[in-house]
Amino acid sequence: MSYSSQVSFTINGESRVLDVDNRTTLLDALREHLHLTGTKKGCDHGQCGACTVIIDGRRVNSCLTLAVMHEGDAITTIEGLGKPGDLHPMQAAFVKHDGFQCGYCTPGQICSSVAVLEEIKANIPSHVTADLTAATTVTEVEIRERMSGNLCRCGAYSNIVEAIVEAAGTRA
Amino acid sequence: MRAFTYERAASVESAAKSAAANDKAKFIAGGTNLLDLMKLEIETPTHLIDVNGLGLDTIEPTSDGRLRIGAMVRNTDLASNETVRRDYGLLSRALVAGASGQLRNKATTAGNLLQRTRCPYFYDTNQPCNKRQPGSGCSALGGFSRQHAVLGSSEACIATYPGDMAIAMRALDAVVETVKPEGATRSIPIAEFHRLPGDTPQIETALEAGEIITAVTLPAPIGGQHIYRKVRDRASYAFALVSVAAVIQPDGSGRVAVGGVAHKPWRVEAAEAELPKGAKAAASILLADARPTDQNRFKVDLVERTLGAVLREARG
Repeated sequence: MSYSSQVSFTINGESRVLDVDNRTTLLDALREHLHLTGTKKGCDHGQCGACTVIIDGRRVNSCLTLAVMHEGDAITTIEGLGKPGDLHPMQAAFVKHDGFQCGYCTPGQICSSVAVLEEIKANIPSHVTADLTAATTVTEVEIRERMSGNLCRCGAYSNIVEAIVEAAGTRA
Repeated sequence: MRAFTYERAASVESAAKSAAANDKAKFIAGGTNLLDLMKLEIETPTHLIDVNGLGLDTIEPTSDGRLRIGAMVRNTDLASNETVRRDYGLLSRALVAGASGQLRNKATTAGNLLQRTRCPYFYDTNQPCNKRQPGSGCSALGGFSRQHAVLGSSEACIATYPGDMAIAMRALDAVVETVKPEGATRSIPIAEFHRLPGDTPQIETALEAGEIITAVTLPAPIGGQHIYRKVRDRASYAFALVSVAAVIQPDGSGRVAVGGVAHKPWRVEAAEAELPKGAKAAASILLADARPTDQNRFKVDLVERTLGAVLREARG
């Protein structure tokens, strides 16, 4: 058996085949092999959320999963959400509300927040959901709790929450 | 990270056989704890067996009224399941009290049971740790021990089991189902699944070499109010200092398991008989054998107060 493997998945709608050392995290595959450097390496231990990407509709820490474990998966990174001139509504809301300072955590914040709104829509509960048997709703308290896996050392949290609240409203 | 070979297991049986054939092999499911430990070279498997594709990802009622949760059901899916929310709310509450949304999307039922301690000396490869390197000593004894165990610890190890999910499962009397490499199946009550450290803190569960978890089964619903109260240093995304998982019935009787205080979910059935008398009476039995350090003595009071808050919430 070999220390490297071939894996094929879809990144932002494009099929890719990679030969990687088995140790390669999805994050390193994105940045070093595919040169999609929008996804950021912060702590590399799943604590900061800077590496958040969306896999088959769900946000995950790309630093804590191996590239070889994603055969056949559909992966969306910040590059796949929107482009200059054609921003995703969440990206536009972050710009409008100044939801960042240095910007390093921002791709992870945006991927995470896009998925958070889908999670609420899918009635996935959180720690602050009062009634487990009722439908979950978009509130500031829910957004803050659900975004706790994305740290911002600049402290742009209040603007980030405002951006997500606005994006939630424009989506409806 | 050390180099390793990788295989996608084709069946539970072949996964167990493959693991039994190589004592440096590990199963990988969500990977959120294992990969972190591999990066730090605390875990150094030479072979990874990916068990994600085995179809162990469904939640189904059994014909006798229990609920069978596949080993690979993600924390998010378990917490969101309608039956779990309605009949085992405690479990849903415990799950969403743990980790972050990203991690819960990857973390699995079986993997969560097997997550390892967050003792800082276990993580610091420059320090002695009997769990990481048996016989090297325990740095937490006489070190920074604010987060550590107050119950069931030993001279070899005062680490805690860090999870939330298993605390709820202990209160619910869950059963862990496994398959051994030779094909035999086993049902392990959650009470017997995690071990106290004794003089072998590196052995954390009742699992044998190559034995693979296939499901966790919950007994038929018992009603009552389901409350999981977690006390931690920040409001979200932090491990418990103390957590209380409780099912309280209208007559004041109930069940209580405590997290953050021992090497396993802590439950003392004799203490539950005292619940109608209040938190103080129940906690005095629950904590009768507490041996805190100077730095974590506060946990003894915190358990009683947290239990008190849970009982007040149950009374409404």
